Amino acid sequence: MLRKEQDRVVFTLLIINKAGGLIYNRAFDSSLAGLSSNDSLILAGTFHGVHAIARNLCPPSALPSSTLSSASSTSFTSNPSASASAPGTRATPATGIQVLETARFRLTCFQTVTGTKFLLFTSPEQPNVDAILRRVYELYADFVMKNPFYTTEMPVRCEKFDRGLVGFLVGAR
Amino acid sequence: MSISQQPKAASNVLQQQLQQAPPSGGLRYPSSKKTIYDRNLNRTRTSELSRASFAYLFIEMISYAQKRAPSVSDLEKRLNASGYPLGLKLLDLLIYREPPRSALRPTRILALLQFVHTTLWKHLFGRPADALELSNNSPAEYMITDNEPLVNAYISIPKEMSQLNCAAYVAGIIEGVCDGAGFVTESVTAHWAEGEDIWPGKTIFLIKFKPEVIEREGILKGGTS
Repeated sequence: MLRKEQDRVVFTLLIINKAGGLIYNRAFDSSLAGLSSNDSLILAGTFHGVHAIARNLCPPSALPSSTLSSASSTSFTSNPSASASAPGTRATPATGIQVLETARFRLTCFQTVTGTKFLLFTSPEQPNVDAILRRVYELYADFVMKNPFYTTEMPVRCEKFDRGLVGFLVGAR
Repeated sequence: MSISQQPKAASNVLQQQLQQAPPSGGLRYPSSKKTIYDRNLNRTRTSELSRASFAYLFIEMISYAQKRAPSVSDLEKRLNASGYPLGLKLLDLLIYREPPRSALRPTRILALLQFVHTTLWKHLFGRPADALELSNNSPAEYMITDNEPLVNAYISIPKEMSQLNCAAYVAGIIEGVCDGAGFVTESVTAHWAEGEDIWPGKTIFLIKFKPEVIEREGILKGGTS
């Protein structure tokens, strides 16, 4: 039981802005071999690119059958975009990479609707990563987006956000 | 079939609404056509509003003031000025809302400060302030303490402006209440409490009354005792 508790670790949180720039980088546990800040920047940019490519790698079978059938049955005079935009028939958006797992750690990516990405490095045993990420997003919405001195898409330097994250990720363990 | 009819129906409703709305309308008029001015002044139960919407509005107020302010003290002065008219009006409204027998205008400093500490704070933030003290430096200075001001809930001050406290807006409200009640103030300012670990956001509102107010208080005290 005790060993299991120790296995559950949140290592690092990265936040990547819309353009692929690293805007937040914080390690919560030193047991993951440290990345230099330059490496983190490269990782953020690379992940952003790979994520974008992964979004476009979409097998045709994943498209909803209704849009396919309506597109094939209607003649070429109809506008295919009209049928796609009708309510209820919109295809589920491609999500890109969600989880990347190795023997030592798991990288979970959460992308907001505005394109900001939260990357959380955890141990593979860590449960409920989705809930953790949702809470981190909540903290971000509260203490970063509601801070009058924060400029969007710029590096995050908000004391209360740091304090909230440490309280949640380190204090709750 | 039903899907094709929906947009038509929706556009009809929209047209009706457009026709009914006054020409100067827009977002100003809610769909029930009852603006805040049409409601009874005593209706307090539904007057709570979302913390997030206040936070976003306050962000815009701060950036508006910041664009025009050359220095931190000027920014605080502008926030103070935007709270001042609110305090003047809140004094009237809150006394009006008190039960008729206790609806008295505060005429002594202590009664006024109790009003600010309890009634005003409860109306604005849903709880009384955390402390009310007389300053050691001067009999004309009083301090109201709030451990965690609601207006600062989501605000992190950047290092280069560490002196700034956005609760200056609340200080402006207090100043408006004091001035409106006839207790003229030199200034009301918001300061960070130093050396606080448990409450990092602890804020002290320093109220400085003008000498004539203290003089009058002394005469009133002599007359009653």
